[in-house]
Amino acid sequence: MDSTNFTFLAYGLIAAWLILFAYVAALASRERRIERELESLRQILKEK
Amino acid sequence: MRQKLLFGLCVAAAWLVVADLAVILLVLPDEAAQGAIYRIIFFHVPAAWTAFLGFFLALAASVLFLVTKNLRYDGLAVAVTETGLAFGAANLVTGMIWGRVIWGIWWTWDARLTSMLVCWLLYAGYLMLRHAVEEPTQRAKVSAVFSIFAFADVPIVFFSIKWWRTQHPQPVVWGGGTMDPSMWNMLFLNWVPLLLLFAALATLRMRQEQAQREIDALRRHAHAL
Repeated sequence: MDSTNFTFLAYGLIAAWLILFAYVAALASRERRIERELESLRQILKEK
Repeated sequence: MRQKLLFGLCVAAAWLVVADLAVILLVLPDEAAQGAIYRIIFFHVPAAWTAFLGFFLALAASVLFLVTKNLRYDGLAVAVTETGLAFGAANLVTGMIWGRVIWGIWWTWDARLTSMLVCWLLYAGYLMLRHAVEEPTQRAKVSAVFSIFAFADVPIVFFSIKWWRTQHPQPVVWGGGTMDPSMWNMLFLNWVPLLLLFAALATLRMRQEQAQREIDALRRHAHAL
């Protein structure tokens, strides 16, 4: 395998998966925020 | 149950990606003119197909929302658009890296590249527009109309290499480009894990949209009390 090209191929594959993992991380963080918000609202309604 | 299904989809996608990567890197030979870098096509093209699938589903969901006024379709539209954008970004970045090696430049204002960038920006604008409108039904209506208009760019991206003279290679599917059958099969085989991942992420995002609607309803209820 051509080594110069292979370096750029590695950059390409890493970049593509990093973008998708960043999106997965953003989804996971949003999931945690939604769960927290939902729980606190349910708590408020229960107290009222 | 749904959680297990999503987890299963992700595991299947990861397993298939590893298996495909092994074939792509260790079995398939270098391309005669491009060397090793041609292998980026196995992610670049399926990522574009996945993004366009997302944008097409967003179009269908937006039309269905305008017809039925059911907010579930709005949730589906935002979920597939956002997931499609992630795959669109992967497509643009892998294309730039390929261009750096083959053309010697990271970017050129070529018809295909420019129309794809405009397409990505349009759908990013769709997500920004949603943040700008507070009222849920109004937001869904405005974004559905925007999504339908934004889809007009998708055929332009596809046909740009036929309509204008571009630097971008001709497509291997329904175009002038050709490929060895083993490489051709891998193009479709590597689309499968990306589709599985797309399905898992879009489902999760749609569920979040549903939960957000529940939060909005509870907030209104709490406010009324």
